Amino acid sequence: MTLEMTPRVGAEGSESVGPVKIKPIRPREFKRSDIIVLGVTGLAAYCITWILFDQLTLLSGQLGFVLFCVGFFLGLYWVVNRQLFTRQVAVDRFVAALMTLGALAMFIPLLLLVVFVVARGWNLLSAHVFVATQKGVSELSPAGKAGVAHAIVGTLEQVGLAALIGVPAAVLTAIFINEIGGRFTRTIRVVVTAMSGTPAIVAGIFIYAIWIATFHQGYSGFAGALALAVLLLPTVTRGTEEVLKVVHQDLREASIALAAPEWRTVWSVVLPTARSGLVTSVLLGVAVSIGETAPLLMTVFGNKLMNSNPFNGPQAALPLMAYQQIKLPLQADIDLGYTAALVLFLLVFTLFIVARLLAGGRRRAPGFAALRSRIVNSSLGATEIEQDGFADTPIASYPPSTSTDERDQQ
Amino acid sequence: MTLTNDSAKSSRSGFAAAGGLDSIHGEAGEIVATGVHAWFGKRLVLENVNLVMEHQKVTALIGPSGCGKSTFLRIMNRMHETIPGAQLAGEVRLNGINIYDPSERAASARRHIGMVFQRPNPFPAMSIQENVLAGLRFNKIKTSKTSDIVEESLTKAGLWNEVKNRLNEPGGGLSGGQQQRLCIARGLAVKPSVLLMDEPCSALDPTSTRRIEQTIKEISHEVTVVIVTHNMQQAIRVSDYCAFFLAAENEPGRIVEAGSTTQIFESPVDPRTDDYVNGRFG
Repeated sequence: MTLEMTPRVGAEGSESVGPVKIKPIRPREFKRSDIIVLGVTGLAAYCITWILFDQLTLLSGQLGFVLFCVGFFLGLYWVVNRQLFTRQVAVDRFVAALMTLGALAMFIPLLLLVVFVVARGWNLLSAHVFVATQKGVSELSPAGKAGVAHAIVGTLEQVGLAALIGVPAAVLTAIFINEIGGRFTRTIRVVVTAMSGTPAIVAGIFIYAIWIATFHQGYSGFAGALALAVLLLPTVTRGTEEVLKVVHQDLREASIALAAPEWRTVWSVVLPTARSGLVTSVLLGVAVSIGETAPLLMTVFGNKLMNSNPFNGPQAALPLMAYQQIKLPLQADIDLGYTAALVLFLLVFTLFIVARLLAGGRRRAPGFAALRSRIVNSSLGATEIEQDGFADTPIASYPPSTSTDERDQQ
Repeated sequence: MTLTNDSAKSSRSGFAAAGGLDSIHGEAGEIVATGVHAWFGKRLVLENVNLVMEHQKVTALIGPSGCGKSTFLRIMNRMHETIPGAQLAGEVRLNGINIYDPSERAASARRHIGMVFQRPNPFPAMSIQENVLAGLRFNKIKTSKTSDIVEESLTKAGLWNEVKNRLNEPGGGLSGGQQQRLCIARGLAVKPSVLLMDEPCSALDPTSTRRIEQTIKEISHEVTVVIVTHNMQQAIRVSDYCAFFLAAENEPGRIVEAGSTTQIFESPVDPRTDDYVNGRFG
């Protein structure tokens, strides 16, 4: 992106304006003309693909079209930049375009997923959905009578219980592996790794076999929470372990040298230092478990009515409800399923924001505070002086770079 | 852990040994190391070190890298044993009490023998004030005069005037030199008898180094200081006594010569000490 390197621009800047007003350059600036080049190249690539793909040959298919279009675009973009600028610029822009397209190829499916769920679930979404259940809703009921309140309650209770069971166990396991250690460290790490590969449905069957089939406890939100905890445990353990590894050994030594017992070192030094990362790993675990459907099939079973007691009787859950509704034949039922999915999205989003605020609310990370105080200090004194100086003599900060550029060009 | 524990051996210092480490209260202490050996795994790294570190004095441990100075320092507050595979022999007496006596807890030794590390390591999740009080909190020392202790410790460490208006800001926001002085304040807050310093200035600029040295001079009236340093000029500036450690190739570290700093630097007995302090090797 070094368009300004062309001799003409540099010469104009120094000759016509004179030494007082030197025009600052940004060597890698992407200017308006470059945007036009990009746009025209894209259009040309589209047109060529259209002619070749749709008119001259018998090829068909949207995927093929897109792939050809991208290929033509990249080729053309390189050729155009090679003609207009130097080889270096052309290579630079070609690679930049390739990387951007790669990023888009990753991002677009994610965006489509969200757009799809929002579009399908949007028309039934209203305040009513959050308070109503499927009580008394039949095939003949008008669309919009049903709600997902029972599923929200179910999901929150199941995931909350799962986190209550799983997170302490996971954090303690990670502390054992990383802080205490011993003969079983390796074994436990292998077991945790193996657990993270457990298929979700197996976790559900496991809890069904033990809790429901053997102990005859019946379907309940708690059974679902047990299954979710099995899935949550390895994710949070591995996440926490990684976070604890990052805590510097110096801090542990400092704590031990202050005569702190081992538990004190972990509780007062290691965990608070790793707090932000801990929250992230717990969130990851919750995110894994909140969207799981398979382990709930055989444990919470699903319910069209409100059951706020997680320890007794079948409960609803948002992912389970989405799955069950979408299998139904009627459009109104399917729409409700998508609404449940959308509500799940919103719920996860809200939980993440709340958790982040709670994690960062009490005290900000030290690095951040240092940065902030530095900004405050500089904005009080240093920056003002610098700006004043800059306003009087605009040459001040730029001559070195400009002069070297000019020397290069001559 | 190989540990020669001969409690029948009488104390060489004049301090009473009754009551164990927990009976010590805040006065500067004397450390006597007798026959200290140290191993990492099967490798002997320190052999038969005998050294008296007098109370209210600054003792500098000098010598080239890898000669066991830091290991010796860490043996004196039982930090050595926290390294997996580390073993030791010999005894270390604080005011006549063997800190390796089976009846003494490691925490008691560390409570009375504080330590400042090479790299400043304030706790990042704590504020300046909480950092200073961390030792009291860890040891469940209850006191109503926390703000007095904070002020006193920070003043001794020469940091009070710079931070008195931002005690609740995180300790990590200070400069490197300030962080190190915060660590010194943190060590002093529990009123230790001895403060061990493992190259406390090696990560700092000259100005901060001068401040720390000044601090060492000031605190040596109430706490015995043992400092490991690679900087010979620093040893001359801050210490009253010097011990020169040396390890020949594939041999454990030993004390070549120990004595008053003037004697070690001006009229060393051993030719190796002479070579080292005059910069002919190391």
